[in-house]
Amino acid sequence: MVPLSWYLIFAAALFSIGLYGVLSRRNAVAILLGIELMLNAVNINLAAFWRYGNVMHMAGQVFAVIVFAVAAAEVAVGLALVISVYRRRNTVVADEIDMMKW
Amino acid sequence: MTGEQIAFLVVALFTLASGFMVVTTGNLVHAALWLVSTLFGVAVAYALLNAAFLAVVQVVVYIGAIAILFIFAVMLTRKDLLDQGPQVNRNWWVGALLSVLTFVGLYSLLQGWDGMSKTAADIPSGFDAISELGNELVSPMGYVLPFEVASVLLVAALVGAVYVASDRK
Repeated sequence: MVPLSWYLIFAAALFSIGLYGVLSRRNAVAILLGIELMLNAVNINLAAFWRYGNVMHMAGQVFAVIVFAVAAAEVAVGLALVISVYRRRNTVVADEIDMMKW
Repeated sequence: MTGEQIAFLVVALFTLASGFMVVTTGNLVHAALWLVSTLFGVAVAYALLNAAFLAVVQVVVYIGAIAILFIFAVMLTRKDLLDQGPQVNRNWWVGALLSVLTFVGLYSLLQGWDGMSKTAADIPSGFDAISELGNELVSPMGYVLPFEVASVLLVAALVGAVYVASDRK
């Protein structure tokens, strides 16, 4: 049987990889890809704690389903913003999107 | 080592390698395709955790909808600033350092916790996780309110996305 620690370390590593993507990529779409990795890492933790805790309590899986919905909403709004900015400024590089910079 | 442990290690290494390719590869279409393989690895991890519903939803929603949305967004925004030039910003080493520190911090935090080596109890026979999940999602004693709020959020976000992305002058 796989101990709980393996899943937690796996999720922590996936979260760190996503964090690196968010902090270092220039392209705004690539930043959103990193956010997806981080959300998936969180979901692995939720499913693992459901399985290794009391299986009768479904809170972990319910929370994971809600994270799915939030991730879909986040990526839809994020990509719509990227496409809108691309149409106005012809760029998707996060450093060059400075319309709200004072 | 049991078969389950070997299966877990294979899946975890495959997923982490794909995730690493997502954040390092220069070509964004390739990054989106690596994201598909990462998401598939996570779906297998759900299956290993006996969360069948999550595994199916992962394939249908994440791979079927979100990853395809990413590929379309890459296609709509490529044109001239394609994949030449550096793909990382000037401070990429700060990001690398912070993510390594995050991993080390989480790892040392987990080492000090006594539930780490816990193994899963067998699922009681006759326990149907999927119907239990469905009951919890719609029962007033369970999670019907968060579930409805999530659906309203999703509708509002999609309407907002259409509004933001629409080409009106």
